[in-house]
Amino acid sequence: MNKPSPPVLQVDGLTVAYRRGQQSLAAVRNVSLSIAAGQAYGLVGESGSGKSTLALAVMQYLPENGQITGGAVRLAGQDLATLPREQMQQVWRDQIKLVPQDPGASLNPSLRIGDQLDEALRDGGETGQELRSRSLEQLRQVRITDPERVAASYPHQLSGGMQQRVLIAMALARQPSLLILDEPTTNLDVTTEAAILDLVRDLVQDHRTAILYVSHNLGVVATLCDRVAVLYAGEMVEDLTTQQLRLRPLHPYTAGLLDSVPRVGQRAGVDPLLPIAGNIARLDALPAGCVFAPRCHLAQQPCLDVRPELEETSDGGLVRCHRWREIAAGEVSASAARPATIVVQNDAPGDASALAMTGLVKRFPVRRSLAEMLRRTSARQVHAVDGVSLHVAPRRTLGLVGESGSGKTTTARCVVGLAERTGGEVTLFDIVLAPGLDARDASVLRRLQMVFQNPDEALNPYRTVGDVLQRPLQRLMGLSPAEARAEAARLLEAVRLSPAYLDRTPGQLSGGEKQRVTIARSFASNPDVLILDESVSALDVSVQASILNLLTELQAEQGSAYLFISHDLAAVSYLADDIAVMYLGQIVEVGPTELVLHPPFHPYTEALLSAVPRLDGATEESIRLPGDLPSAIDPPGGCRFHTRCPRLLGDICREQEPPWQEAAPGHRYRCHIAPDELAAVQVIAEQNGRLRREMSGAGR
Amino acid sequence: MSRYVARRLGFLLLTLLITSLIVFVVTQWLPGDVARVILGREASEPALAALRAELGLDKPLPVQYLSWLGRFVTGDWGTSYSTGLPVRDLVLERAGNSLMLAGLTLLIAVPLSVFLGVVAGLKADKPLDTTISVGSLAVVGLPEFVTGLILIDLLALRLHLFPANSSIRPGTGFVEALPQLVLPALTATLVLLAYVTRLTRAGVIEELRQGYVRTATLKGLPRRTVVGRHVLRNALLPTITVLAISFGWLISGLIVIENVFNYPGLGRLMTFAIDRRDLPLMQAITLLTVLVFALANLGADLLYAALNPRIRLE
Repeated sequence: MNKPSPPVLQVDGLTVAYRRGQQSLAAVRNVSLSIAAGQAYGLVGESGSGKSTLALAVMQYLPENGQITGGAVRLAGQDLATLPREQMQQVWRDQIKLVPQDPGASLNPSLRIGDQLDEALRDGGETGQELRSRSLEQLRQVRITDPERVAASYPHQLSGGMQQRVLIAMALARQPSLLILDEPTTNLDVTTEAAILDLVRDLVQDHRTAILYVSHNLGVVATLCDRVAVLYAGEMVEDLTTQQLRLRPLHPYTAGLLDSVPRVGQRAGVDPLLPIAGNIARLDALPAGCVFAPRCHLAQQPCLDVRPELEETSDGGLVRCHRWREIAAGEVSASAARPATIVVQNDAPGDASALAMTGLVKRFPVRRSLAEMLRRTSARQVHAVDGVSLHVAPRRTLGLVGESGSGKTTTARCVVGLAERTGGEVTLFDIVLAPGLDARDASVLRRLQMVFQNPDEALNPYRTVGDVLQRPLQRLMGLSPAEARAEAARLLEAVRLSPAYLDRTPGQLSGGEKQRVTIARSFASNPDVLILDESVSALDVSVQASILNLLTELQAEQGSAYLFISHDLAAVSYLADDIAVMYLGQIVEVGPTELVLHPPFHPYTEALLSAVPRLDGATEESIRLPGDLPSAIDPPGGCRFHTRCPRLLGDICREQEPPWQEAAPGHRYRCHIAPDELAAVQVIAEQNGRLRREMSGAGR
Repeated sequence: MSRYVARRLGFLLLTLLITSLIVFVVTQWLPGDVARVILGREASEPALAALRAELGLDKPLPVQYLSWLGRFVTGDWGTSYSTGLPVRDLVLERAGNSLMLAGLTLLIAVPLSVFLGVVAGLKADKPLDTTISVGSLAVVGLPEFVTGLILIDLLALRLHLFPANSSIRPGTGFVEALPQLVLPALTATLVLLAYVTRLTRAGVIEELRQGYVRTATLKGLPRRTVVGRHVLRNALLPTITVLAISFGWLISGLIVIENVFNYPGLGRLMTFAIDRRDLPLMQAITLLTVLVFALANLGADLLYAALNPRIRLE
């Protein structure tokens, strides 16, 4: 990427401030960057870093209380801030395009896709038919195979991935010179994310569009971008090539981000994540010296007093750190020291099960009309969970992965009794659990607890943390109010929060702190089994890392068994002793983590693994699943995965239910392909991938 | 869709049946003897008994109910006790008048309040919005008889634009009655105005925050198109529903306004019937009111579904 071409986008010393009451808070301070045609530039940071503000400022589309208070944004040399509104509309129409984070909310719910796309393509003067045929062509370009149907649909009739394709088609409609992607895949499944990233990469190569890619996910950025800027609390702390990012980032924050994201196969007990201490700096209370100093393991006196300048490094990067020369010379490490130990119980799994599901079935009826009921047509049902048998050994963790719609959450809800199972059995040690929560007695509630995905929804905003923690202690454990309060304080300490939090309400806590509180609550009754349903998915990476480590430590201390549910294979493999892979209501593979992550694996597992964005950038020629998850109302016959399987054999897959194959003791998968045959093709595929990765740049 | 409508109509019939039962029972409980009301305080006992027998009031209640219901369904709504006229003619005549008033009110209120609401929403928290919001709230704070009298004083007595008395003769057509309809319609508009304006304003503000507005703006569309094509389509959904439902109130709930302007609508007929303890008249008006409200609700739901592709009626 050394071709000297004039930059498409040049941001010079940009400062953006938000008015809040009487205050003016600078959310982005003095940031400069430039992007050339055909270049993809990544902007990385956690929430509060200012990355989305920067993206919106580039678009000249800040919220009403936001304002550019310094610097300039130039598009092909033209200062955008000086343009009158009508000319800016031209720029929006033709030159800069934004692909937003939430595709569902970004399409008008009451207009058909075709009409919305037409609008983006209209030149004026063309007939409606010409316009529509261009729209259909545009949909084909983003690899939508049935553009007519999609154009006639309303947004809610499409999946998230399909909606995002439509938005990309809109964005690319007039061949813009700059494409800004703001977390475009954050709410999508990994398989969909991989397909979208492929699409963007190809389209950009074809059209030499400049790209600003905003994300918290370093893996995604590394697969797509040539260059990356890391933002922290509104300042650029490092600017470096993707290659340098993989090899040796200089800034401790960049290193902290890298060390917070689990790689697939990284295990808690062997290679723990190194989360960044503390919380992101608040804009109204910025430190006097380096903004990152209060969280930095390398901070010394000058760091606390003097704000470091952005300095150029020997290999053309930029870094804002007093100690970068020491780091570059290898005298100190940008990565935090490894924690003393995370003790991990490595008991061999005995025969005992803390939690067992046998043939668990959950069907939801699809409502029938009166006429259908009179005609006695058989009721259609959603087969959400269809014969799931799993068990979690005491003190161990079972990870459950699958795309959204695979039935993971319904499984969890049936286990805790929030949904009543249609069939099968759930046992807690030797107690057979009643289907519904109402029929279970308090001892079961005490021994089986759940942590939900969204701590905002799981905490009553009007109750203090103390109330939240004391309630289960009094109700389930029978403690007196005074005892409960003392125990609540102890629980807070166990999740590394000070007892001062007892009197705070959820509104006063950060997202990570809230999730700690919900975890503390679930541990209040010292449960034997804890269900964690996407409990870290919505958190920032550094917070996610500390919660994952916290869960590991709590398990070692308290001895609870975990059912850890996530779409994030890396997070699952980090925590889980065993992994189960779920597809359309069925388990397709189960076994010890080390075995599940290596061939032979079920073709679906293979596709999931291959879709995980890796820091080493190896995604080319990976396996991509065609289409969306089929409907669970009429699941495909034979093998349920046959409609999307990259290793489809033929009619046998369409007609016969696949048998369980034993790949190794304790490692089983459901497929018509025998373990040795599957291993043979998959090992070769894996080796090819590794070879390509090594050729394209050393892995971390 | 048609299946949905059929089911809703079925429910509507059930609602009417239950209401008719309630109406019937409640009118039985009302104090006072109908025969005595009709014949007067000095009537002799045999004369009263004869009239009771003639009216069927001496039969068991279930029989009375069924025969009443049967006659009602076949179009015989009975004879008004107090006027001796057929109830059906009386009620339908007045219902027609109420319909005219409701129609004119909506013709004025819908464009006005939607326009004000959209302007207020687009200029949220700016002086114009504050003016509109405070102004419309001030107006709604006043009871109808006060706004009605102010309008009479201003537009009728001082400016002589419209007549102060709206007592139109039976059989008057819409165009002919128009001058006399304006003042009551304006008064009813003022009642609706603040509510609909605020609802519309809230809808516009809510929709302006949505991501699709950003998408539309960043397509480079002019503000006019963004608002007209994208925002209003979604922002007006709740407004339209509320307006459809308010139609029921406009037909039969304008008792105060009709009295202020002496307008011969259903509301005034109802007060008349209550005054005279005219049971057949009260029963007919109540059932008609329930029917109108139920139809207005159904209409609102159908309209909402027609305008909102996310709703599928099954």
